[in-house]
Amino acid sequence: MTVTTVPTVATRPGVVQLSGVSRWYGNVVAVNDVTMTIGPGVTGLLGPNGAGKSTLLHIMAGFLAPSNGTATLGGQQIWRNHDIYRHIGLVPEREGVYGFLTGWQFVLSAARLHRLPNPDEAATRALDLVEMTHAKDRRVETYSKGMRQRVKVAAALVHDPHVLLLDEPFNGMDPRQRLHLMDLVRRMGAEGRTILFSSHILEEVERVAEQIEVMVAGRHAASGDYREIRRRMTDRPHIFRVRSSDDRRLAAALIADPSSGAVSLTDGGLEVQALDFGRFTRLLPRVARDAGVRLWQVSPTDEDLESVFSYLIQPRA
Amino acid sequence: MNTVVADITYRAMLGRKRILLLVLLPLALIAVAGLLRLIGGSSEGTAVTLMKSFAVGTILPLLGLVAGTGVIAPEIEDGTIMHLLSKPISRPVIAFTKFVVAASLMALFAALPTFLAAYLLVQNESGIAYGFALGALFAGIAYAAVFLLLGVLTRHAVTIGVIYALIWEGLVGGYVPGARTFSIQQWAQSIADQVSSSAFFKADVSIGFAVPAIVVVTVAALLIAGQRLRSLSLTGEE
Repeated sequence: MTVTTVPTVATRPGVVQLSGVSRWYGNVVAVNDVTMTIGPGVTGLLGPNGAGKSTLLHIMAGFLAPSNGTATLGGQQIWRNHDIYRHIGLVPEREGVYGFLTGWQFVLSAARLHRLPNPDEAATRALDLVEMTHAKDRRVETYSKGMRQRVKVAAALVHDPHVLLLDEPFNGMDPRQRLHLMDLVRRMGAEGRTILFSSHILEEVERVAEQIEVMVAGRHAASGDYREIRRRMTDRPHIFRVRSSDDRRLAAALIADPSSGAVSLTDGGLEVQALDFGRFTRLLPRVARDAGVRLWQVSPTDEDLESVFSYLIQPRA
Repeated sequence: MNTVVADITYRAMLGRKRILLLVLLPLALIAVAGLLRLIGGSSEGTAVTLMKSFAVGTILPLLGLVAGTGVIAPEIEDGTIMHLLSKPISRPVIAFTKFVVAASLMALFAALPTFLAAYLLVQNESGIAYGFALGALFAGIAYAAVFLLLGVLTRHAVTIGVIYALIWEGLVGGYVPGARTFSIQQWAQSIADQVSSSAFFKADVSIGFAVPAIVVVTVAALLIAGQRLRSLSLTGEE
């Protein structure tokens, strides 16, 4: 008889698990009791400056010991375990590049440090992936910040890791380079790699990440798809902009229902504060039909990442 | 020993401004020896004094500081060490490789010039050149390990290293005989004294203590450096 055991989520390859992780420096708590699971796909680690993103990323990368709790990759302890780097590619925010090496030498050294069977081929492929082949023979100290960032990404990818950790990876890149790296990150996530990147730029996270983890003042404030997070914030009414064939009549019909907190008539149509998201979205088409009003446009105005993020970092008074 | 780590470390040491210090200090020693020879001061006594006070007493600890801390401290300071530490290589192997680089630089830039300077003055009279070169070699290895450890332990490695070399070995060692027992440069003199038959100097520390002390200090410093590198915390800009 064969017994097959199904691994728990935390022990699956490519799954980073933090359990009750805290990190403090003297009396200052940088990260407070964080539990999160980062699995395959692209996850954005979001938070204002000083929120603990970088500390958390360094704990996941094995460069910082948790003061409390555990950090594992595929069930293996990360801290003081150099074998873990067979599966991790790391792009630190700090420059961290030997300026006296050429781009080729830098990426090749990464391939050789990983003891890859064909380091030349791996380095060529990695440089090609980040479109740095043309500048590979120049010394890294002559590169722009964006080029350095790309060569760091090439070095992190050279061993084809399961997990890629990127600390503010788009910093210093020009718009074209940024789009290219965003596309690369999305593709690698779609291939089943676990990619975690930290950023304080919402637009980057919105464009790349399928999942977000939000840190606020050292605490794990929210996790998941940001639209879902927004819907879970039941203490904040959802704001919709509605344009219809007769805004005034629709306003009167909507205000009669308790799911609408406030309705205001503006130049751009109606602005409705919905107290109950589910009830309102079911109610609106019915109310409009009963009132004989045609709906032209219904759009949520505070469901974008920027609004969600601002709600998370500025709790209601 | 990892050849990639060694290659990067050699390039960092020899391709930058640090090479100036590594070259200028021994050149100064050879220049002084050459000058003494020119002005007719190349006696055995002068050679011993130059070796004791300048070669082993000044140049050797300074080069040890440049090579020992230089192989690792700047990389920790600017974060480039992450490139090495984020690879599946044992951290003690990285520490050992960097030590080998520092020790080889000490052989090239400290022990060899010490031999050349002494030889320039008195050829191999009374075994002075061989004695001090051998002393510089072994003490250079110990300095490389101790200063490498300091580079891993603290961001103030150079300051602490200078305090050790100038104040402990130079000043305190000059007045307190007991302090000489725990001085790497005194151990170098013990080896030189053992090899040389010169009547112009007598080491304060016995060879029976100096050699085991060099071995113990070197091995202990390397073991601690390897372990500390395993627990090295590096943080980002936040």
